Amino acid sequence: MMGEWLSQPVNWVYLVVGVLTLVSAYRVVTSQNVVHAALFLVAALGGVAVNFILLSAEFVALVIVLVYIGAVIVLFLFGIMITRAPTGLDVALDNDKKLPAALISLLVFAVLSYASITTFGTAELVDIGTATDTATLAQGFVGRFVVPFEVVGFILLAALVGGIAIARRDLTPLEEEARRSV
Amino acid sequence: MIATQFLILAAALFALGVYGLLVRRNAVLVLLSVELMLAAVNINLVVFEAMWRTSEAIGQVFAIFVITVAAAEVGIGLAIILMIFRNRQSANVDELDLMRW
Amino acid sequence: MTHSFLFAAEEIAHAGDGGWWADTAGIMLVSPFVAFLAILAFGKRLRYNGAEFAIGALAINTLWALVLFFMNMTEGVLREPFTFKVGDIGSGLVFELGWAVDGLSIMMYLLVNLVGLLVFIYAVGYMEGDRRVPWFFAAFSLFAGSMLLLVGAPNLIQLIIGWEGVGLASYLLIGFYWEDHENVNAGNKAFMVNKLADVGLLLGAVLVGVALGTFDFAALNTAATEGHAGLSAVAIAGGALLFFGAMGKSAQFPFHIWLPDAMAGPTPVSALMHAATMVTAGIYLMARTFPLYQQMATDLRPWMVAIGTITLFAMGLLALVADDIKKVLAYSTVSQLGYMMTAVAAGGYTAGLFHLFTHAFFKALLFLGAGSVIHAVHSNNMSDMGGLRKYMPRTYATFVIGALALAGIFPLSGFWSKDEILATLGHEGYTAVMWIAIAGAFVTAFYMTRAVALTFHGTYKGHGHPHESPAVMTVPLIALAIPSVLAGLLNIPGVEWPGIGNFTEWLAVRVVPMGDHHAEAIDFFLAGVGTLAAVAGIVLGWLIFAPDRDTQQERDRFEVPVLYPLFRRKYYMDDLAMGISRFTMGPFARFVNWTNTYIIDGIVNGVGGVVYHLARFIYGGVDQRGIDGIVNGLSAVADAAGSGLRKLQTGRVQQYAASFVMGAIVLVIVFVLVR
Repeated sequence: MMGEWLSQPVNWVYLVVGVLTLVSAYRVVTSQNVVHAALFLVAALGGVAVNFILLSAEFVALVIVLVYIGAVIVLFLFGIMITRAPTGLDVALDNDKKLPAALISLLVFAVLSYASITTFGTAELVDIGTATDTATLAQGFVGRFVVPFEVVGFILLAALVGGIAIARRDLTPLEEEARRSV
Repeated sequence: MIATQFLILAAALFALGVYGLLVRRNAVLVLLSVELMLAAVNINLVVFEAMWRTSEAIGQVFAIFVITVAAAEVGIGLAIILMIFRNRQSANVDELDLMRW
Repeated sequence: MTHSFLFAAEEIAHAGDGGWWADTAGIMLVSPFVAFLAILAFGKRLRYNGAEFAIGALAINTLWALVLFFMNMTEGVLREPFTFKVGDIGSGLVFELGWAVDGLSIMMYLLVNLVGLLVFIYAVGYMEGDRRVPWFFAAFSLFAGSMLLLVGAPNLIQLIIGWEGVGLASYLLIGFYWEDHENVNAGNKAFMVNKLADVGLLLGAVLVGVALGTFDFAALNTAATEGHAGLSAVAIAGGALLFFGAMGKSAQFPFHIWLPDAMAGPTPVSALMHAATMVTAGIYLMARTFPLYQQMATDLRPWMVAIGTITLFAMGLLALVADDIKKVLAYSTVSQLGYMMTAVAAGGYTAGLFHLFTHAFFKALLFLGAGSVIHAVHSNNMSDMGGLRKYMPRTYATFVIGALALAGIFPLSGFWSKDEILATLGHEGYTAVMWIAIAGAFVTAFYMTRAVALTFHGTYKGHGHPHESPAVMTVPLIALAIPSVLAGLLNIPGVEWPGIGNFTEWLAVRVVPMGDHHAEAIDFFLAGVGTLAAVAGIVLGWLIFAPDRDTQQERDRFEVPVLYPLFRRKYYMDDLAMGISRFTMGPFARFVNWTNTYIIDGIVNGVGGVVYHLARFIYGGVDQRGIDGIVNGLSAVADAAGSGLRKLQTGRVQQYAASFVMGAIVLVIVFVLVR
């Protein structure tokens, strides 16, 4: 079985990209430099996007790149910049509970893998050749999932407004005075 | 390609995200780990879509929803972290234990 | 209920039935009890402290009694007693209540109600300003009601009820001034002696009732005369015991000891109860059941005569030494009761009852007169009196009338009744007793003269200002003096007044006739001897006790050497009684006391102690430690659990996340994979 799998070039691509993704993800959670961690996440997400293309989900891959890497990571970097403590990078980034956490994460991995393997075994992805039609997706958005679509829109609005409201600087008494007199 | 290979990848990513969630001290890094986990979830969704090829590409639609919500969540999360940082001059989650016994 | 009427004598043959008055005569038995309750309820608020009810009740009663008496005088009244059956006792005996209507009962109704009414009126004046007056009239009414229950009883059971009632009333009234311990003792003595005799009464009643199959008097007497010849031993024993009871109530020797002490009660009580009515109950019982005694194989009558004779004479002597005027009259009463009992027992049914009748009037008169004197002088003792005839003329006059009647001076009532007794005794063959009775008449006259002389003649030895009593007291005295003088006319031997007959005839109207001796003519010999004895007594008494005209001194220190100290100690009877009771009852009383203190109280205290310790244990052990322990323990557990569990709240997000993930994994494993 393994030989057959390896004979397909897609799987070679998959392996390479997969390893890269995993390594990047590993570096995300173990890097001692915050910025490095963020950048490694970029790499991981990139790997994820390639996987999506392999799975004929081109649109999703592009959305990942645009939204996640393009906007979210940038946001993260801004956030890192603003919250960098004056003392710099001397502080250890991990707490002292590494072992229990490792165990838990291993357990999670084990359970999920087990579930996947026992459920799907060696089921082939047969219908993978044709690319996903964007029209199909669009049809889904405005057809069957129009309500979630709108709701998500609201969520984004709420997040926008909320973010601004939370992060706004309180006015000093002087500024309040000035505002009221206007 | 078999479905399992992607699912294992997703599981690994999820597990790593969990590890990071539990281990990292900086709030931003915790959020980063959460992003990892969400990415893993997206892979799962897309794999299932690839397996069953629905007429409206439900898996992918949902993956897009997840991405969108994740983005919104990150925005809010960072706003909160900003406020915490402003009040306490530190983004260390270990120190955010005022709701203790 | 059916009786067989034996109309043997002519007097009974055409007796009427009393009509409506007899039908409703029961009101006489009830009204005093109603008065009793009314006085208890309202007496305090009334002007005369409830006497209004008492006098009202007796006035109503007197009306009925007078009407019935007149009916009996003119045509005779005899009918079945009215009875209401209360219940069955078993073996054919029934418990009934009601009132009898025959010659004997009618005479007693008149006596009790009329004398009672006069005494009640007197008592209003006597008790004026005294303490607890409403209670006095209440208890007195109770007495009157019980006495009427007694004399109107158609059967032995109601008689016993009335008997006990008068005993109770006597106790209450003798001990009326209970603040003084002496009076309480006197009341107890009266009650106990009576109670001792009452044992005989109750047993006797039961035995007689069972032996003859009924308690009803008419049926009893009929059964006695008709059926059981000689009467069974049970009936004889019962009769003896009934006499025993009668001895107690009528103060026959040796049960007389309570009567002198009973003088501790207020004088109206002494007048009514202990002279005229209550003490006559025993005589009445004997008269009522006399057919029984006439039929007994073992004749008890001589014994009864003997006891009566002793009483008659020995008690009269004790009156010679008494300083308390009421004690003189008390001993006199006991002596006269002896006369009555002797007469009845000897077969002189009419004689004894006639003497009862006349004696009631003049003895009550004497007592009320004594009360008048006591009220004025504030002392009972004749040594504090003297010369009162100047201050209290009406009292003096009526008292002298009473004294002469008692002594038996012609033509006062006492003469006729005493003469009839003497005649009966002679006729029945009790000659020795007759002479003793004559001697007794001498003694009677002697001590009464002494009493009159010491009280009313000579100089006043007291310190107060005696004055005549108010009209409310003197009018009854006068009212009683009239029958004391005239009552004798009702029973002159051989004389039958036109249209009404005489006392003998009236008394004879009963279901079972007595067949007693009716004197057809005056026995002049006996009358003369009797009068001589009485006059001799008066003369001697006057000679010894009258004030010396020259020196105005009184020889009231007259003393007969050996006899007088003996009399003063009342023949040592009280000492004997005390000794007997101490000897027999003392150890028993001590034993009962010991039992009470150690055993009964011990049990009670023991139970109390157990309860106390149990309570302490329950409080301390069970409640404090046990239950509170559980409650406190529960709260401590909750507290500990809370303290422990709250440590979970670390406030650290990552910890929460960890448990979150673990929980999810566990759930996945359990629900998904293990399937």
